[in-house]
Amino acid sequence: MPLLDKIMLRSVALKSLGTAAALLLSAGLGLQAARAAEGQPEPPAQNWSFSGFFGTFDRASAQRGFQVYKEVCSNCHSMHLMSYRDLTGLGFTQDEVKAIAAGYKVADTNDAGEAIERDALPADKFHNPFPNDKAAAAANGGKVPPDLSLMAKARGEGGETDGPNYIYAFLTGFHDAPPDFKVPEGLNYNAYFPGHVTAMPNILTDDAVTYSDGTKATREQEAWDVVNFLMWTAEPTLEQRKHTGVKVILFLIIFAGLLYSVKRKVWANAH
Amino acid sequence: MAHSAQPSTFRNPAIRWIDSRLPIFSMLYKEYGEYPAPRNFNYLWNFGAIAGMMLVIMIATGLFLSMQYTPHVDFAFQSVERIMRDVNYGWLMRYIHANGASMFFIAVYIHIFRGLYYGSYKSPRELVWIFGVVIFLLMMATAFMGYVLPWGQMSFWGATVITNLFSAIPLIGENIVTWLWGGFAVDNPTLNRFYSLHFLLPFVILGVVIIHVGAFHITGSNNPSGIDPKGPQDTLPFHPYYTVKDSFGIVVFLIFYAFIVFFMPNLMGHADNYIQANPLQTPAHIVPEWYFLPFYAILRSITFSLFGIPAKLLGVIAMFGAIALLFVLPWLDTSRVRSARFRPVYRWLFWVLVASVIGLGYAGSQPPEGLPVVIGQISMAYYFLHFLVILPILGKIERPLPLPRSISESVLGPSAASNTVKA
Repeated sequence: MPLLDKIMLRSVALKSLGTAAALLLSAGLGLQAARAAEGQPEPPAQNWSFSGFFGTFDRASAQRGFQVYKEVCSNCHSMHLMSYRDLTGLGFTQDEVKAIAAGYKVADTNDAGEAIERDALPADKFHNPFPNDKAAAAANGGKVPPDLSLMAKARGEGGETDGPNYIYAFLTGFHDAPPDFKVPEGLNYNAYFPGHVTAMPNILTDDAVTYSDGTKATREQEAWDVVNFLMWTAEPTLEQRKHTGVKVILFLIIFAGLLYSVKRKVWANAH
Repeated sequence: MAHSAQPSTFRNPAIRWIDSRLPIFSMLYKEYGEYPAPRNFNYLWNFGAIAGMMLVIMIATGLFLSMQYTPHVDFAFQSVERIMRDVNYGWLMRYIHANGASMFFIAVYIHIFRGLYYGSYKSPRELVWIFGVVIFLLMMATAFMGYVLPWGQMSFWGATVITNLFSAIPLIGENIVTWLWGGFAVDNPTLNRFYSLHFLLPFVILGVVIIHVGAFHITGSNNPSGIDPKGPQDTLPFHPYYTVKDSFGIVVFLIFYAFIVFFMPNLMGHADNYIQANPLQTPAHIVPEWYFLPFYAILRSITFSLFGIPAKLLGVIAMFGAIALLFVLPWLDTSRVRSARFRPVYRWLFWVLVASVIGLGYAGSQPPEGLPVVIGQISMAYYFLHFLVILPILGKIERPLPLPRSISESVLGPSAASNTVKA
């Protein structure tokens, strides 16, 4: 009940007509309008390899993105839906996956029922940097850093590239705050974050990682790579979906054509 | 004679054997073979068949999803993601089902507005219309509960907001909400019962669909001219004429559906629902699914109390009233002419109604402040005015255009009408 009251109350608090006209122009999409009202710029559209009818993952970039995740993001962010075995979908070999998993320890019990720590196996979920949510919140100023498994689909309006565009803009959007903007102690200014104040520091810097394939690790490159990785973790079946979709739609178009000619023939004597 | 088998005309001996004992094939032949359908249906008449197909698709995909889904607050979100990642073609089943809800509503909204335009709710089809409104209500309940099952942020907060509506009922409201939740908040018992009901209601819908179809197979179908068939020259047997036309329409609809499923599967959902439900964190904007937006806008458009009734209760009454008045629409519209083709004023007001519903949908999608509130309130005012004031008066004062003498005349022209006995 209090929640609904809050919503109703907000509906009474009318804002200026100028803002409202801007809202109307913004194509009738809820969050877009909200973003305009809160003063965040629209994340610029990027040209992602996975978009479009025939989109595929840029595996070299996504593998580099995994490295960025592993060496930088995963110090604070969990990825609880992913298992090491899933990485074969990004082009890692079974042996590489085993080696990656073996770099982590997981709690388990042995056959005698004693608590042990063993090396992680490909079937294990990605290592969580914190033992539990309370520990994660305590170490991060009171808030759990969000899980990244689905992040590329959890932002935006539901368009395929909304989330990726936003994450890229966010990761490269840490600037000095405008002079009249007061950033609270311990927090950081980000042009694209709702409200502009985030607990996440500007973590991606030039040469934050060293790529083994010789790609220069600029901040933009790291952000680009990690977004490709995050889109893959959010929707690992994306390529299969698009390949199937092209075939399904071609089949249906031909089928519709056949049915139309049958319909014409059947109706020829009834018009 | 009373105890012997019925004679049957089917040639296949097995079918004849069954049909003479249980005349299911005779029934199918009567209702879907020789059923005399007016010969002048336009493509808008496809959407009933399309909606029927959507119901079947939803039940079939829902059944497969239910085999992998876990209705528990701790596992629901993970089980849906397991379907997306580890179950063979699970992503396909889930995207077909999730977008199928939107497609079902698209088909049904077109079907409803087609009925409004051509006066399909008028005598003698009042019961057809009323059972149609029952289907619409059941669909809304089913869709709402289905959206809760993935247990994302919008699932949880949508459920919280909508169930809270019942707290507006005086005196017993709070108790009803506790009863609906099975506790003192939206929690595991709520999820369990929503899953149970989400599985049950589609079969109730199927039953009402059979009543809905059965009812107009007694009265006969309406048609774009709104006049009754005068004889066999005005109708065609359902098969093959409309089986083939419906099949074509269904496949064209499937192309659109497949495009959404395979290339923009998350467009009709909310990004927030890819975040697991968190009762301690309210999303910035709680927005229902697009097909609820017009009614959600009516709920929020009442920002004032009236006659001592608080705004919230008034909003709930208006929202349910907006649907409830559809039940009495056959008696609100006093015009004796069915089709808007021959109603020069109604023809325009119909489009004003369409615009007002779109206006409400827009208002419902926006944060409740500024111009969208005004658009919502004006649209709501017209919606109620249209049904409660304009339709009763308009039928008495509007001068209809002359009706054609028969359907075949309206299709083939006056000269051809006399010598067509094809089909």
